[in-house]
This record gives sequence, structure tokens and C-alpha cells, in this order.
Amino acid sequence: MNGDIEAIIGRYVHVDIDGKMYRIYFEENGTGIPLVCLHTAGADARQWRHLLTDEAFARNFRIVAFDMPWHGKSNPQADWDGSEYQLTTARYTATIRAFCKALKLDRPVVMGCSIGGRIVLNLAIDHAAEFRALIGLEAADFQAPWYDTTWLNRPDVHGGEVCAALVSGLIAPQSPVASRMETLWGYKQGGPGVFKGDLYFYRVDGDLRGRVEKIDTKVCPLFLLTGEYDFSCTPEDTKRTAAAIRGAQVTIMEQLGHFPMSENPDQFRRYIAPVLGEILKSSM
Amino acid sequence: MPANAGIAGYYLERMSSASDAAVVQAFTEIPALLDRAPALVVRGRFLDCECLLGPTGHPFHASIRQGRIVDLTPAPVLMRSWRFSYRASPAAWAEHWQAAPRPGFHDLLALTKRGDAALEGDLHPFIANLQYFKDVLALPRQNFVMVAS
Repeated sequence: MNGDIEAIIGRYVHVDIDGKMYRIYFEENGTGIPLVCLHTAGADARQWRHLLTDEAFARNFRIVAFDMPWHGKSNPQADWDGSEYQLTTARYTATIRAFCKALKLDRPVVMGCSIGGRIVLNLAIDHAAEFRALIGLEAADFQAPWYDTTWLNRPDVHGGEVCAALVSGLIAPQSPVASRMETLWGYKQGGPGVFKGDLYFYRVDGDLRGRVEKIDTKVCPLFLLTGEYDFSCTPEDTKRTAAAIRGAQVTIMEQLGHFPMSENPDQFRRYIAPVLGEILKSSM
Repeated sequence: MPANAGIAGYYLERMSSASDAAVVQAFTEIPALLDRAPALVVRGRFLDCECLLGPTGHPFHASIRQGRIVDLTPAPVLMRSWRFSYRASPAAWAEHWQAAPRPGFHDLLALTKRGDAALEGDLHPFIANLQYFKDVLALPRQNFVMVAS
């Protein structure tokens, strides 16, 4: 309604990541178990706005979503010299851990989508004890590439348009038009080369095949949820990954694609509510 | 632009499957559907391109000028050039044009990933106008009826 103000609070926190200071924008709502949400490649934390404003979730969770450096309202580092951005497994892992430390979050739940889902697997491999539970959306240890990322950042192709057009096919046909367009708008607004730089982690540096077997879900529960229309990280990719991890819980989500939380928030809620409920129950 | 009935007739004589023929017929209707989608024409207003589009065995040479398909002629045409081609199996097109396509059939690049379509040639015009081509090639979805073969 006209005049409604959402419960989300947005602030900046200064975070030391591997010796460099970053001014990180984050949004939050709720109280209780810290729940840190990671956006997809080339996008920003606005993807989580529906989860952030979910009153039922906010009663039990402190829901926090931050823009990765270079994304949304989080700038590159202060001494950026114009060189090309490139995300690595080590840098991504350090960023998440540094952000959680800066906010003094006590054993948060981390939920990530796409690249965020992939890095959640790395957190489970190397840092499980720091987290209460891990949730990977559209997550797998590896998936086959389906386009050449050099198209994403070159002067003769509009970067925003091509990024959005590429990922448009990852949204389920049943998703509401308004949510589809809002999801794509985020891609049209990404900085030049940022989506491509994120995909360096996804395509080149972050291959976790042969490592996920080390995940111990007794130390930290792991939930994997993938949309049936995601042809980038397919349900088969997620199921194959989960088959190597004892105790991993897999859900294939109907009528959803690669951006469940933003492309169809109501449909996503049907799947994520039981997961958050289980985490809440085990934390009592 | 060639008469659509002529194009359809050209292929209908060569096609054994009713569903394949329906796909060819649907392709012949794309230029008119595009003319009735002004926002899509505007999206492609900077595009002038010769390309090869359609069912794998029976593609069409499409001439695009300022976002409109001004000519659609069945291949082969003697020594006609094209910059890129996007060809998919008739079954893949029929699935793609369902009101709610099944997973894997819902996007042009989903089809190439699963091996039901091939993208070849100089891809620049296709990639630089990707959403335009996705939307143009989805136009038959609004009235395509699957024909049992």
C-alpha cells in the first residue's frame, strides 16, 4: 500500500578481507539465529528481499544479505586500479568468513544460490564447524558450461543486456512476469565484467569434484535445493553431488529455475520453510 | 516476402511427419507474428542480419532489417550467405512452443546444451541481440498446437 515502509534495514560495514578494507553494504531483518544469504553471480542482495521481509522467518532468524564487493552497493576495494575483477574460491571464502566475523555472528546459517551454492559446499568442506547449517540453492560440485563467458564483457556487446538475456532462460516459465523482470533488472545493472569475474570462480577455480566427499554433515547439516528448470546447475548435477555426501538432504523444486528466491518467492517459500523449520528445531 | 503457403507447400511435400510439417508451418508465420509485436521490433531496431533459422533439416534463410523479418525463404538457396544459424530438431521446436515447456526445452540455450539444437557461424549478431532472438523464436508459442505424428 502507499506509504508502506518495509522492515528491512540497510547499513554499511567496513570489513578487512585478506588485509584490504572493503565497505560492504548489507540488509537485515529479524532476530534470532543468524541467517546469511549469498546472491548469485553478477547480481546483488536485492534477490533476497522477499525472504528478508518474511515475518514468520524474521521472528526466529536474523536474516542478513550482503552485496559482495563489486556488486550492488559494495564497491571494489579503495585502492582498485581498474584491473579486471576475478573471484576465486579463496577470496570468496575469505569474504564470507570476514563478513560474518565483522558482524560478530555466532555460528550463522549460510544460504547461497548458484555461485553462493557452490561456495557453501566449500564452507562445508573446510569450515563446517563455524556454521550452524549450510543451504545450497542451485548448488553442485561442478556443472558443464553452456556458453563462452568472453561474450559478457566486450565493447561490441551490451554487457547488461547480454547478461540478462543469457540468464533469462534459467527462470522457470511459470514464474510471475514481474518477478522475472525484477530478477533480470539486477543483471542489467551489474558492473562491467563483474558477472564474468564471478564465473571465473564458477567455471575455472571452483571445481569441487573429488572434494565434497570430505563434507561431514554431522558437524554441520547440509541442505541442497535445486529448481527443475535450472539447466545451468541441473537437478542431476545436484543429485550427483549429494550422492557423494553422506547425510546431505536434497530437494528438487518444481516450477522454479536458477533464482528461486527472486523469480518466484511464493513457490520458493514452500520449499525453504521446512528447511528453516528443521534448523530452528535442531537449534532449540 | 514469399507467400507463406508456398513455403509450407515446399516443405510439406518433403516431410513425412505431420508434427514436423506443423513446425515448418509455424516458422512461416513468425514474420507476421513479429509484425504484430511492436515492442519486439523496437528491441531489434538496430539489427540488420542474414541468418539461417528453423528445423534442422528444413531451415529458412531469414533477412532481418531494423528488427523485422523482411524475407523468409526455405533453404537451400544457391550461394546465399548467412552470418549465423540456429537450428533445432522439429521435436525440440514443438516442445519449446508449448504453453509451459518442459524443463530443458524452455530456452534456446537449454536446447543447445542438451544437444537438440546447434548454434553455428558468426555468433555476434545472435549474442548481441540474444533476448530479441529468444523472443522472436518463441512467438509461435502463442498459437502452436502439437500434432501427433
